[in-house]
Order: sequence, then structure tokens, then C-alpha cells
Amino acid sequence: MSEQSAPGADGSGRPSGRLLEVDDLRVEFRTRDGVAKVINGVTYHVDAGETLAVLGESGSGKSVTAQTIMGILDTPPGFVTGGQVRFHGKDMLAMSAEQRRRIRGEGIAMIFQDSLSALNPVFTVGFQIAEQFRIRRGMSRADAKKRAIEMLDQVKIPNAKGRYSNYPHQFSGGMRQRAMIAMSLALDPEVLIADEPTTALDVTVQAQIMDLLGELQRERQMGMILITHDLGVVADVADRIAVMYAGRIVEEADVYDLYAKPAHPYTLGLLNSIPRMDEKGQELRTIKGLPPNLMNIPPGCPFNPRCPMAQPVCREKLPPLLQVGRSRASACHFAEELVNRD
Amino acid sequence: MTENIIEVRDLVKHYPVTRGIVFKKTIGQVKAVDGVSFELKAGETLGVVGESGCGKSTLARVLMNLERPTAGQVLYKGQDISKLSGGALRRLRRQIQLVMQDPYTSLNPRMTVGDLIGEPFEIHPDVAPRGSRRSKVKELLDLVGLNPEHINRYPHQFSGGQRQRIGIARALALRPEVIVCDEPVSALDVSIQAQVMNLLEKLQAEFGLSYVFIAHDLSVVRHLSDRVAVMYLGKMVEIGTEDEIYERPTHPYTQALLSAVPVPDPTLRDNKAIIRLTGDVPSPVSPPSGCRFRTRCWKAQDICAQEVPLLQIRRGSDHPSACHFAEKREIVATHEAA
Ligand SMILES: Nc1ncnc2c1ncn2[C@@H]1O[C@H](COP(=O)(O)OP(=O)(O)OP(=O)(O)O)[C@@H](O)[C@H]1O
Ligand SMILES: Nc1ncnc2c1ncn2[C@@H]1O[C@H](COP(=O)(O)OP(=O)(O)OP(=O)(O)O)[C@@H](O)[C@H]1O
Ligand code: SF4
Ligand code: SF4
Ligand SMILES: [Mg+2]
Ligand SMILES: [Mg+2]
Repeated sequence: MSEQSAPGADGSGRPSGRLLEVDDLRVEFRTRDGVAKVINGVTYHVDAGETLAVLGESGSGKSVTAQTIMGILDTPPGFVTGGQVRFHGKDMLAMSAEQRRRIRGEGIAMIFQDSLSALNPVFTVGFQIAEQFRIRRGMSRADAKKRAIEMLDQVKIPNAKGRYSNYPHQFSGGMRQRAMIAMSLALDPEVLIADEPTTALDVTVQAQIMDLLGELQRERQMGMILITHDLGVVADVADRIAVMYAGRIVEEADVYDLYAKPAHPYTLGLLNSIPRMDEKGQELRTIKGLPPNLMNIPPGCPFNPRCPMAQPVCREKLPPLLQVGRSRASACHFAEELVNRD
Repeated sequence: MTENIIEVRDLVKHYPVTRGIVFKKTIGQVKAVDGVSFELKAGETLGVVGESGCGKSTLARVLMNLERPTAGQVLYKGQDISKLSGGALRRLRRQIQLVMQDPYTSLNPRMTVGDLIGEPFEIHPDVAPRGSRRSKVKELLDLVGLNPEHINRYPHQFSGGQRQRIGIARALALRPEVIVCDEPVSALDVSIQAQVMNLLEKLQAEFGLSYVFIAHDLSVVRHLSDRVAVMYLGKMVEIGTEDEIYERPTHPYTQALLSAVPVPDPTLRDNKAIIRLTGDVPSPVSPPSGCRFRTRCWKAQDICAQEVPLLQIRRGSDHPSACHFAEKREIVATHEAA
């Protein structure tokens, strides 16, 4: 079934000692307009203490993959049609709802793209954090409140005690984001999925939040999946990068290798289109064309209509994600050529 | 001397904070924009940067005359826009157009692209006689790089970048002189963002447009702007040419902002001199006395709590800065080391 083989996944389903691995995941959305094949064989993993950045165009399936890992996929219309999500080697997709619920929060927690809509507007921020301690840890009301204040303090919310009884709308964007971080870290998860945790924040606040996440991660040896469009943030914090296109991983590499020499034309196009502070006044390079229609993905390599390197074979054969060199994999028929060029 | 198309003088916009549902009581004011002055010259791009909530969109709405200022003036070619009415107001509405932040919600989902782009012609029928409208809309679609044959499609059938192009085509329909762009590329990913930025530059060269370009991405702003204004908590803290702001900033907030721009090069991650700010952005309902940045500023002195620093040129600097202790600082220009 699986046409992909990536570093870390041998397709056998045997436990590999990895903390969290997504293996050949497939998800589709069945809507009135048709079936959108949104995730078409995603394979990635994250280990303890490590940061995996997930990059990719809007609509490429970054958030849907995360939702599937968390077990909060919108079903219907979304359906998992194949693959596994293994946590400590055990396939979560085969677990009971109760088992999964126990992993959420303590095993794997998530910071959502939009913090305002992820916090409940009718409860105070402090209460929402304390509830987790009451329900999941069976703490008394007073102890839970104390722990919640400690958490708010740990994410550097000034005057945490006073802020405990504020409602979400009384927090600024940056504080709300930190409250979300406090909430997701409350149960000391082993893996944190951060979906665009700093989009829409100014860079000084963004720097504070990324520092904080890095600090907490080191302290707790937490694995982190960081989903973002921001190639600057990725360059700062990632260990490894997975690049998605049309519901597939098209490249996976160590951060230094990827920026130095991408092994997939899509990654190359992405890096080329960043406006750089020192290249003012020049026309920006772009990736021509549009993201594919997921109800009708082009045959062969899904990137072929937009790829400047495309050859006839690209319209016929889907390139599998294969190892190129030591620490990277690429889903391009011409990955070797790309990596070996000067 | 290039002519000033827009002049903004001591502009203030406050929103009341109310309590109670039936008997609303005003308990304070959100000081969204609190004394801002600048001018926009013909054919130039003025970038506006600043953190979330500092008043950028409010400024855009007041510039567009969508909201009345609490105090101060916006002059369009010397005329106070809040005093215009009737035909003069309609003419102004033609000359200044807005492209909005969110391409996903700013277009009416029940209107076709043709209707959306043609709508301005309904309000200003003199620009395009009824019979020529469809062909005008197709011209506009072509101009912004969309397929003219898609004129009957609905917004949801387009991607984010394409929708932003629809918004731009709509703004261009009446051949305005000024376009206020409120975060036109923030919701787009890099590759599509680059397409839209190139388009904006091409249109400016073609039609001599002036832009007010609002964004929080400093590299995007630098790429497009001739001059840049930096806002903090409803105030303008520094303004200057692109070079003055990016190479010789003198306000501590601008310096912190620039030092924190993430650089897309992992080999530089450990030798950056980021100025770490502590504390949170204060509430615009009760901003700090004196300098509003003082609660996060590492240079703050007693005077900063007592006296509001004016936005003016100070000794040893070549452009206005609102800091009692404005001075150059060697920012490690990491982006050039690459
Ligand atoms: N509830 C849903 N119903 C139907 N389609 C959906 C639903 N949720 C997501 N999709 C579709 O799945 C695809 C992948 O969406 P996803 O949110 O994962 O993108 P993303 O990579 O996170 O993009 P972004 O960078 O914009 O957040 C998109 O085409 C989207 O329209
Ligand atoms: N209609 C309103 N009523 C009350 N307060 C408002 C209103 N509109 C804006 N504000 C407040 O005014 C301040 C400035 O908001 P504005 O939307 O101008 O910020 P911004 O700089 O555009 O932020 P962003 O980068 O997040 O878009 C904020 O504190 C906001 O909450
Ligand atoms: S397989 Fe072909 S079309 Fe696909 S990325 Fe490689 S060169 Fe381009
Ligand atoms: S006036 Fe004072 S507090 Fe304000 S920026 Fe200057 S030094 Fe800092
Ligand atoms: Mg997403
Ligand atoms: Mg805004």
C-alpha cells in the first residue's frame, strides 16, 4: 500500500522507539462538492527534546494532520482512510475513545492557530486551566487554583494571581497566546503541537514566546511539532523540517541542510520567495501557478504543473519520498541532481 | 517638492468602553489612535508597522473616512475630509481605496467576481457606462493576473492569494490615487505573498499610485516602502525613509523590533543580538504616563514617566523620533551577514 519510505518509518508497523510517529496517514473530506483528498500519505516523527517544523502552503494539510494526531478531526466530513499515528509505538487510531482522551493533554497537547477562539469566552482564563487539574489530577479547588496561578506565572504573565480571574478578552493577543501555552503545558505533555503559535503577533512578543517555548522544552525534554509559514522562525528554532505539499511530505531534512540546499523544487521556490531585508527594490521570485485542487490532484508529481524542473516522467510517475544523502528525504525524481548541483 | 496627497494632523480616535447592557455607562476610553501626524506624497509608499492592537487598522479606517476622528484632521489635497459631503465626498471615496486584511471574509460570498469588481461602478456610474462594464471588469481581472473568463465564479472558488487579487482589482476599478493596504499579504503564505507584492509594485509603476502599506512583517514593509512609520500603543514613535528606519533607527522600540526579526538562515541563529523586551504591551485604555514604551524600555529614566516625548528630530539624528534619549545603536545587521 505504502509507496513511501522515509527515515524512521519502515512501514512494518513495528515499534521503533520513537516518541510520536505519523506513518503513511491518509485523510479525506467528503463534502457535497466531492471528495477532497487532503492527506495523502504523510509520514513524520518527533523524538523527545526535539523540534520538528512543518512547513507548507496554506491548505497543504498541516493542521488537518495535527487534528488527526490529537483525535479532534472534524468527522464527518473528515475521514481517516489509512495509516497510523503511533505514540510510544502504539497506534492511537486503533485505540478506544477513552484511551485517546487520556493521552490528550498528558501525552500530547496542542496550541491552536487561533488562541481567542480556542479559549472559552465565558470562563476566566485561570478557571479553564484549573479545571484540568481538578478533572485530570483530582485536585481540590484550592490546590487547582494554586497550580493554575503557578502555570500562569511560569509563562511569565505578570501579576498571575490578579490575572487568574480575567476573561480571555481582557488579555492582549500575546498574553492570550501565553495563556494557551500554560493551558497546553498544564499536564506536562511529552509532545507539544504548536500550530502557528505566533502568527499575528509583533516580532518582539513573538521572540518572547519562542524563547519561553524553547526554555520549557529544554526543561521538560518535550518533543515539539511547530507548524508555521514563517521561515525566519523555523531557521531559529527547528532541528528538523518536514515540508508539505498537497497532503504529502515532499522533503524532510535537517534544518541546516534544508536551508543550505533544498532537495525539492517546491522547497527551493519557497526559500526563493522570502523578501529579504537586504534585497530591496528587486522583483521577488515566486512559485508560478496555484495550489492544486484537492478534489482533482494532477497525476504524477502533484507539483508538476508549477515546477520549473518538470520533465515528461513527472506527469506520469508519482515520486516516492526517498532518502537522499544521510539526513534527508525528498519526493522528487530529480532530488539527486538538485542536491549535487553547485 | 512633491505634493502632499494626504496630510494627517494630530489624529485621535478613541472608542468608549462601556459597562452594563441596558443602561450603558462609559467607564473609559480605548485610545486606539492618540495623536498621530504624517503626510503621504504623490507616488510614494508609506509603510506603517507596529504590534498587534497598536491602532494600525483604526488609522486606516479614519483615513478612509469610514470613521470620524475623535480629534484632529485628515486633509486630502488640503481639504478636511470629515467636512466633505455630497459630490465632493463621493469624489473622495473614488480617489482613496482600501484593500483589507482578510481575503477570506472581506468579499461577499454571494456575489460573483464580476459583480464584486463591478460594484464600484454602480456607485460611480460616470466612471464606466453600463454597456462597457463587463469589458472593464475583464480588463481589471487581466491586470491583476486573474483569468477574465472566471468573471462568473464566486469567491470560495479562489485561493487566498487570488481573493486578495480580487480585492485589489476592486480597489483599482475607479482608478484611485491612493490605496490604503491593511495587511494585504499577512494571511498569505510566502510564495503567494511574493506574487501579490510584485503586483502592487507593478501597479504603482503603471498608474503612479500612492500606498499606505500597513503590515507587521518588517521585511515585507522594507521591500515595498519609501518611508516607514513605526507605531506603538496609538502613537507614532519614529518615522523616516526606509534607510533611516532600517539602518539608523533611534527609538528603542524600533531597535527592539528590528533586532527581533527572525532571519531565514539557521547558521546565524546563535550570533544574533536580539534585544529582549520584558513585560507586556500595556492596555490602550490606561496607557502609561509620559512615554508609553517606558514599561518595556531598558533605557527608561524618571523623565520618561513624567514627560511625553515629542516626535521630533533630535541632535545627532536625521529623522523624527519620539524618545527623550533617541540615539543610534549598533544593531547587528544579521541580515547582511548572509
Ligand atoms: N472541516 C473541513 N471540511 C472540509 N474541508 C476541510 C475541513 N478542514 C480542512 N479542510 C480542507 O483540508 C485542506 C487542508 O487544510 P489544513 O487546515 O490542514 O491546511 P493548512 O496546511 O493548515 O493551511 P494553513 O496554512 O492555511 O493553516 C484544505 O484544503 C481545507 O480546505
Ligand atoms: N470598534 C472598536 N471599539 C472598541 N475598541 C476598538 C474598536 N476597534 C478597535 N478597538 C481597539 O483599538 C485598539 C487598536 O485596534 P486596531 O484594530 O486598530 O489595531 P491594529 O494595529 O490594526 O492591530 P492588528 O495588527 O492586530 O490588526 C485595540 O486595542 C482594539 O481592541
Ligand atoms: S518530480 Fe518532477 S515535477 Fe515533481 S518536483 Fe521533481 S522535478 Fe518537479
Ligand atoms: S522616552 Fe524613555 S522610556 Fe520612552 S523610549 Fe525613550 S528612553 Fe525609553
Ligand atoms: Mg493550518
Ligand atoms: Mg489591524
